Amino acid sequence: MNNPVIQMGILVFGLLAVATLVVELLKWRKPEADFEELALRTRSWWWMAGFFFLSLMVHSVLSLMLFGFLSFLALKEYFSLVPLRFEDHRALLWAYIAIPLQYWWIHTDWKAMVVIFIPVYMFLFIPLRLLLKGQPKGMITSMAQIQWGLMLFVYCISHVAFLLILVPTDLTTSMGEHIGSGKALVLYLVVLTEVNDVAQYFWGKLLGGKPIGNVKVAPIISPKKTLAGLAGGVLTTTTLAVGLQFLSGFSLLYSIAAGLLISVAGFIGDLVISAVKRDVGVKDSGTLIPGHGGMLDRVDSLAYTAPLFFHFVNYFFFQSPW
Amino acid sequence: MRHINNQLRILFFIFFIKPLLLVLVGLNVFGRQHLPSKPFILVANHNSHLDALALMNLFPLHRIAKIRPVAAQDYFTTSPILNWFSTVLMNILPIPRKGITKTNNPLTKMSDALDQGYSLIVFPEGSRGEPEVMESFRSGVGHLIQKHPNIPVVPVYMRGMGRSLPRGELILIPFFCDIVIGKPQHFTGERPGIVQSVEAAVKKLEEEHSQMFWEHDNI
Repeated sequence: MNNPVIQMGILVFGLLAVATLVVELLKWRKPEADFEELALRTRSWWWMAGFFFLSLMVHSVLSLMLFGFLSFLALKEYFSLVPLRFEDHRALLWAYIAIPLQYWWIHTDWKAMVVIFIPVYMFLFIPLRLLLKGQPKGMITSMAQIQWGLMLFVYCISHVAFLLILVPTDLTTSMGEHIGSGKALVLYLVVLTEVNDVAQYFWGKLLGGKPIGNVKVAPIISPKKTLAGLAGGVLTTTTLAVGLQFLSGFSLLYSIAAGLLISVAGFIGDLVISAVKRDVGVKDSGTLIPGHGGMLDRVDSLAYTAPLFFHFVNYFFFQSPW
Repeated sequence: MRHINNQLRILFFIFFIKPLLLVLVGLNVFGRQHLPSKPFILVANHNSHLDALALMNLFPLHRIAKIRPVAAQDYFTTSPILNWFSTVLMNILPIPRKGITKTNNPLTKMSDALDQGYSLIVFPEGSRGEPEVMESFRSGVGHLIQKHPNIPVVPVYMRGMGRSLPRGELILIPFFCDIVIGKPQHFTGERPGIVQSVEAAVKKLEEEHSQMFWEHDNI
């Protein structure tokens, strides 16, 4: 019971149980209102949290496979969305092959390769594969679209799993700080990122009608996002970041910094995917997770928070040369 | 032999086609409630070898033996391996495209299959053609529907398979694919009119599909 990961599990599933109860209660009290979407969302959260905790508890290889699969689904959804050419067929195959390779480097603890594989080797290789088709028309767009997808959905997301390798167990760093194990940090990052998403949505809805709730942050890109939602999200997430010190082991100052970093980065990630979807003109990017839109809407903020949080930990607690 | 083939086909769908379509490709199916429980003629646009597999996969395994995709004899029965694959595992109804005689007539073959209680999957474009481009329907399907006015026609629109596995490519690339199933209908009247109506029914699903996804409001 002293394991912080298990304590966190109890907390998360307890909260989900409360949420499920509230939704059922709402359905029962107001049968005329439509809570179907809310109920679907809650049910999806059970599945997502279940898979996540199961993989963390059982084995780190399972976690790597889970995040690799997440990368695959997100990349597939992204490729299905953007206007790629038929000439890009084989280059896309190599983009998919990069997923297991990236996670394999993580598994073998080859840190330098994890960091340079996609930004350097894949970056140089994808144009070569496109060249072999001999169709220069539209090649700049294709190169950019493929590399951007690889960076965001494979490289950035893989940093969640990368944390597991960076901090094998909880330890006291050379600077005298005690920090939680990689598992605990992954949990800390993912829970804060997801809570931030939900809190911004929740505060946005709650303060929607009020005068302060009508200031839009990005009216053209995402008209539903308000300053009130953003501020509420940042406050909630930062408070929780401090509250979860038992998990991260961070001191108060570092907890606040981590909370701010995750909430602001998560918000930006959300906006970026909104803009991408608006560019191609799609509302929900897929129907994969019931009630949640597509996979992209779930991983957009994580793609932004994961590498930043990774380097935050790496810089402040390890001072690694790279 | 037929019994063993049916078992083989079911195993092929459970262990190969279902994981392939579910995990690697990723299908979004709309209008599943329109799938008829009785024999039918399913009419769909055609972009990829995945099309027939994905359509058969919509039905419960015990019904697959009674569903036959109509396919070109000259293409699918040329090599022994392809022949075995398409006749045993896919249970295709091979029809001739050239050298048509009284005994070797595509319409008679399809009609006989319907009389024997089989359901048919028909691609009236006649070929996969350019990836993700719908071509005009050929007239054969009109003859068939006119001859069997009591069998419901199910229009289906598919999108994405032509990106995953287009004509001329051997390697499947994962893309999410959509299948939109329309209400079963009965078409009567003159043959050219039937062909036009069926084509219009599939085109209408294409429009509905684009409205489902390509809306700018409310992101």
